[in-house]
Amino acid sequence: MPTFQQIIFNLKQYWADRGCIIQEPYDVEVGAGTMCPETFLRVLGPKPYRVAYVQPSRRPADGRYGDNPNRLYKHSQLQVILKPAPADVIDQYLGSLAAIGIDLDAHDIKLEEDNWEAPTLGAWGIGWQVMLDGLEISQFTYFQQCGGIDLDLVPTELTYGLERITAFLQVKDSVYDIDWSSDFKYRDVRYADELQYSVYNFEMADIPTLWKLFDLHEGEAARLLKLYDPKAADKPRFPLLPAYDQVLKCSNLFNTLDARGAISVTERVGVIQRVRKLAVGVAQAWVDQQQEAAQ
Amino acid sequence: MNLPFLLEIGTEEIPDWMIPNALENLHLLFEKLELPHESVTLDATPRRLVLRVDGLPDRQADSEERVLGPAKSAPPQAVAGFARKQGIKPEDLVVESTPKGEYYTFTKKVEGRRTIHILADALPGIILGIYFPKTMYWTAKNGPRFIRPIRWIVALLGEETVPFEIAGVRSGNLTAGHRSLGAREVVVTPADYVERLRDHYVILSAEERRGRIQNHFASLHVKSGRVKSGRVKADPALLETLTYLTEFPTPITGSFDPQFLELPEEVLVTVMRHHQKYFSVEDAEGKLAPQFVAVMNIPADPEGFVRSGNERVLRARFNDARFFWETDQKKPLVDRKQDLAHVTFQAKLGSYLEKTDRTVALTAELGGDGHAQRAAELLKCDLTTELVKEFTELQGVVGGLYARAQGEPEPVWQAIYDQYKPAGLEDSIPRNRTGQIVSLADKLDTLRGCFAIGMIPTGSRDPFALRRAAQGVVKILVEGKLELPLRGLIQPDEALVSFFEDRVRYYFRDHRGFKYDEVSAAMATKEADWANLVDLEGRLLRIQSLRTSPDFVPVVESYKRITNILEQGKYIPADDYDDYGDYEPGAELALYQYLVQEMQGRPIEQWISGLQPRLASFFEQVMVLGDNLPVRQRRLKLLRGIQNEFTKTADFSLIVTTS
Repeated sequence: MPTFQQIIFNLKQYWADRGCIIQEPYDVEVGAGTMCPETFLRVLGPKPYRVAYVQPSRRPADGRYGDNPNRLYKHSQLQVILKPAPADVIDQYLGSLAAIGIDLDAHDIKLEEDNWEAPTLGAWGIGWQVMLDGLEISQFTYFQQCGGIDLDLVPTELTYGLERITAFLQVKDSVYDIDWSSDFKYRDVRYADELQYSVYNFEMADIPTLWKLFDLHEGEAARLLKLYDPKAADKPRFPLLPAYDQVLKCSNLFNTLDARGAISVTERVGVIQRVRKLAVGVAQAWVDQQQEAAQ
Repeated sequence: MNLPFLLEIGTEEIPDWMIPNALENLHLLFEKLELPHESVTLDATPRRLVLRVDGLPDRQADSEERVLGPAKSAPPQAVAGFARKQGIKPEDLVVESTPKGEYYTFTKKVEGRRTIHILADALPGIILGIYFPKTMYWTAKNGPRFIRPIRWIVALLGEETVPFEIAGVRSGNLTAGHRSLGAREVVVTPADYVERLRDHYVILSAEERRGRIQNHFASLHVKSGRVKSGRVKADPALLETLTYLTEFPTPITGSFDPQFLELPEEVLVTVMRHHQKYFSVEDAEGKLAPQFVAVMNIPADPEGFVRSGNERVLRARFNDARFFWETDQKKPLVDRKQDLAHVTFQAKLGSYLEKTDRTVALTAELGGDGHAQRAAELLKCDLTTELVKEFTELQGVVGGLYARAQGEPEPVWQAIYDQYKPAGLEDSIPRNRTGQIVSLADKLDTLRGCFAIGMIPTGSRDPFALRRAAQGVVKILVEGKLELPLRGLIQPDEALVSFFEDRVRYYFRDHRGFKYDEVSAAMATKEADWANLVDLEGRLLRIQSLRTSPDFVPVVESYKRITNILEQGKYIPADDYDDYGDYEPGAELALYQYLVQEMQGRPIEQWISGLQPRLASFFEQVMVLGDNLPVRQRRLKLLRGIQNEFTKTADFSLIVTTS
């Protein structure tokens, strides 16, 4: 039975063999691998790209103090971007399942309609959830828009719910019981994270402080975006990537405030709009900056 | 020579619910080509849309076309020029007389096009013209759009490939088998296509796939092992979904720990049906059994991997549900009311707490008793429960279940449970009076609020499902026999009144089957308000039963005649009735007596047959629009009196009669 980390090694090797850059997780908190610049910004523009990385994805509202066997504040998502999508992309995906020991002849695999949409990123795509013997193991998406921009090349995004897949393969009813390595269980590695972040997100996060941080990060991103000049000769050196980090900070703060129950009725839609506006602003400037760089 | 034609559009997995419409659309587009043919067969799996046609000719019939040349009087150079252009000699032209004069003409033989060329030209447009509710592009921006990427195309006319290309895919004779069990490339001909697919684990016929699933249901009865006299709960929609979600469906029976049966059946069934696409099983008494039927997309599960995998997934799901069920119970519904301040109903209409307050007030206004007001107060509290966050489709039902568990009286919990009923015109209305009142209040509040802020449904845009809400109001009022004055509840919003008018028409016409003119006549009359729906239904039923009586057509005709005369005579009602003198003995007096003695205050079906002969002799013997003004007024007044009795039921001038 492969360990959690062996499954990750196998998947990374599989996609590296198919031309993917293997990236390490992005070092700013995100709610999903899609939000990392390696996806959000790289899918824009006409340049082909292939990348795979495991991204710890933080969803404050999903925390359960380490009590729930299937729900996590922070889960590990393997994210693969193939831009443009090859014609045999589904076969390649199925091949990756075989590479982690899933016998495709003996299991039931179905692709069920599931279109993806991320309002805060101005992004959406068409695709499926992949069901393995009734378990949703992956999300498969053909991106159509990102940052409100129609994409030049259509990338495929493949995401693997690594804890779930491992629990399935190791026949474990709780993610905490899965073998991370031959010597350590998932519980040994992550239980404290789950417990402490649940306490923080639901009970102890200081609401005024989080709002203050939100405003500061938002202000910094907005300040930078205002300074971006599409006509400037030296625009390739303009710090759009740092501006995007500020957007990610806002997004994570929003999620934390939401879990904390601090976002009122009227505020909610407005806050989503504020984040979206920044994300779309960065995406548009990025496309402009890349065009220049390509010439 | 008659040829078979095979078109297979090979795609990535198409959403199951879109497939039947897409096939119908493909058929329609093909028929627009107007190619002569014998039969057409349409089939589909998630990965292929297939059109098969028998008896196509190799080429279309030759035809002749008359080409009009210069006039006979034209100079010879012009005539020679025309002949040259047509590729013939001037002496081959004939002179024909036409309405415009004599002209040189030439009968051109047009050779019939080869069918294969017609198809090659038309198919790309046909394929990309198939309507889907949501499409994508996959090659690059501005590339072709389809429901999912097209990966192969089989297009064969007899043995020959119909050549064309879409999105870089060339048509050919190669299909693909089942994703994991079949070959990637399989050579086919129109003759062996279905069998070749079967060799590669694809059952082309939806009928056959459906049958494979249903056969398993039947076998459950006789199986004595895992399921004892279990019966699969009929679920035609799920059966359809699974038929179009698989290429080689094979059902398997799994089981779950009977301990989970402590959870409400609604929750268990929702998990199985909506989240896992399983059929549930009931025992001989109709109670939920700890089994389920899942449908795989492979032929067998010899090692039991798929069964045990599905059982584990279901166990995790049920464990989640139990966790939510138990956690939610720690905070009773009534303590959740204030939390509704944090749940948005609609940005401009405020939170669900505000909506709750409005609904409670409206419930009282509608005459709801203490139970109704209690139900209204707790109505939306389940929105803050974990169970509803997880299973949003169980909104209302979950509230009802918690209310019952927390000891609320039966009318109260049932009212909460049924609040979203009716889900459609086929669904039943809330089961008790309390539920009907509360459901009305909730729906009316939504409608009034949304209309007040200009959120009025247009075309297919109706995000708050206001049409369904209004339809529900109509259905509850009529079928609950609730004599509530709807107009008072929706006025003065004219847009809302006319929105309801449409819904009422739709309900009586499309759902209840009343005829177009009956509904128009019953709603148009000024003597009764259509918005009193119970009354409207009663009037419609009367008209409907009258319609079969032999007196109906003549009486309607007479009614129209009365209306015409009243218009011609410019009759204005006045109360100085007696000044016009006495009714003339004979037909006039007889009609008057019939009016006051038999008609007034009685339902139309009691007097309509007696009216006909009296009215006929009145028109025969009496001149209404004579010169003697008082007499004329008297007779007009009499006719107006007759008309009034009709219009208490309907405006019969809108009834369409064939004569």
